[in-house]
Amino acid sequence: MMRRAIVALRTVSFYLVISAVALVMILPFLWMISTSLKEHEAIMILPIRWIPEKVSFQSYRDIFSISTMVPFHRAALNSLIVSIMATFVTLVSTSMAAFALAKLDFKHRDQLFLVFLATMMVPGAVTMIPNYLVLRSLRLLNTFTGLVLPSIYNAWALFLLRQNIKAIPEAYFEAVLVDGGTAFTMYRHIVLPLAKPILATLGVLTFMGTWNDYLWPLIVLSDPSKMTLTLALNNLNARWGEHWEMLMAGNLVSMVPIIIVYLAAQKYFETGITVGGLKA
Amino acid sequence: MYAGRGRRGSLTIAVFLLPTIVGFILFSFTPILRSLYLSFTSWDILQPAEWVGIENYRQLLASEEFWRVVGNTAEYIVLYIPLMLASSLAVASLLNRRFRGVLVYKVLFFLPVLTSWVAGSLIWRWILNYRYGIVNVLLGFVGIKGPAWLDDRLWAMPGIVLASVWKDVGFFALIFLGALKGINTDYYEAAAIDGATPWQRFRHITLPLVSPTTFFVLVTSIINSFQVFAQVMIMTDAGPAGATQVIIERIYRYAFQFYKMGYASTLSWVLFAMVFVVTYIQWHLQKRWVTYDA
Repeated sequence: MMRRAIVALRTVSFYLVISAVALVMILPFLWMISTSLKEHEAIMILPIRWIPEKVSFQSYRDIFSISTMVPFHRAALNSLIVSIMATFVTLVSTSMAAFALAKLDFKHRDQLFLVFLATMMVPGAVTMIPNYLVLRSLRLLNTFTGLVLPSIYNAWALFLLRQNIKAIPEAYFEAVLVDGGTAFTMYRHIVLPLAKPILATLGVLTFMGTWNDYLWPLIVLSDPSKMTLTLALNNLNARWGEHWEMLMAGNLVSMVPIIIVYLAAQKYFETGITVGGLKA
Repeated sequence: MYAGRGRRGSLTIAVFLLPTIVGFILFSFTPILRSLYLSFTSWDILQPAEWVGIENYRQLLASEEFWRVVGNTAEYIVLYIPLMLASSLAVASLLNRRFRGVLVYKVLFFLPVLTSWVAGSLIWRWILNYRYGIVNVLLGFVGIKGPAWLDDRLWAMPGIVLASVWKDVGFFALIFLGALKGINTDYYEAAAIDGATPWQRFRHITLPLVSPTTFFVLVTSIINSFQVFAQVMIMTDAGPAGATQVIIERIYRYAFQFYKMGYASTLSWVLFAMVFVVTYIQWHLQKRWVTYDA
């Protein structure tokens, strides 16, 4: 009897502690939602109210209609386009190279891979300026193509994929050879299907990274009609900095798609972080 | 051998490697060399670049601004790292058991990681508002008059650190959780039989056994700390009075607002050097505290 009571008490206190921590983590979001549902005049009233006296969706209408530098739905569409493009480009380019580096034989293969790995040490800030200059001379500034083009090279993704492709048993590849298939057959019918989980992991992480990126779009995209959501939020902040209800509405709208992607692919996020670790 | 022999085989390999090689040359290899070259020049992007030797480096190391930036970054690291390590290890320990609703809690802890830094910074600028922000309101409940946070030279960086810990804790907690799950529970049972207290078990079993992960987290998070950018741009705009200026923010301003491409490149190489040295030192110190056996 006593023992059961202690166990129950422990369970209750455990839930109390973990819920308190979770509350601290999500309090900022609750405050964001609460603010976004207030009228502008109701924001700066003390004592603060968690539940708005009058729930208003005006802020949500505003961010889609008010003539800031870039309409919000346009920015959301831009973000979606560049995130899909970057994900696609990264997956195709790195999976092809990772296959060659893992399973095809050629001179200096492992040295080449080491050179790729070494570039991981160099901070992005070092290559940022020259990369901008490359896009400038290719006349690709202010284009989505320019924004995502550097994604064709990703040392971290190469490393992750090569590890996984290397682990595929040789027997599969030998079977393709016996059937008279080529390296392309192997890539298409063995590598892509068997590396699907790691490709999915890499895909969701790249999507999230591009969706949330700020510095690179800030440098590459200056044409308002091309701006992504993070830049649109930035503009909203510059123009309507005191309109917290609009800023918070914008925040929430910008977060929804990524949360959906996360919920749909939660396990891939987790393996990505525990296996890959390095980036997010 | 799978690509076939002779010219056809080489062609196949070339096709597979082509996008990556092109990307490597265009966006990694050449840029690294070019940025090193630019760091020895003075260049406003319009006129041809002018070779100035080590002048930029001399100027940079002699400038008050650079040392302020280094000091700000050091302040960020000193505040952020212990807070982040302690809280992510604590969250990981909470999640490291089977209980109803574990998935829901994981999602809640992970939400800030999914949020963009732009959105996260805006939320925190509002939360840390001197009068209407919930942090000061909550502090007010317990009778503390909160500081002006982002508008106060002294409190701006701690404010940015709070936001950063909140944003990153879920990410590092997941990494620690992976390590905790890998610990053999026999150790804990044996310790319990010997009468070890929970703190002793944590101190003498958990901490040493997760130390390789702690090392990894420490190295990556310090590298990331040197590259703080969005939160500074949006929360404080590097102010007040330069109190939150950091390296990437300086590089961005010099390159894309003042068009001093040479000096900005110099800054980026000094950043590289600092990251390299700090990582190198950590690498050598690890044998003093990281346990790889067991």
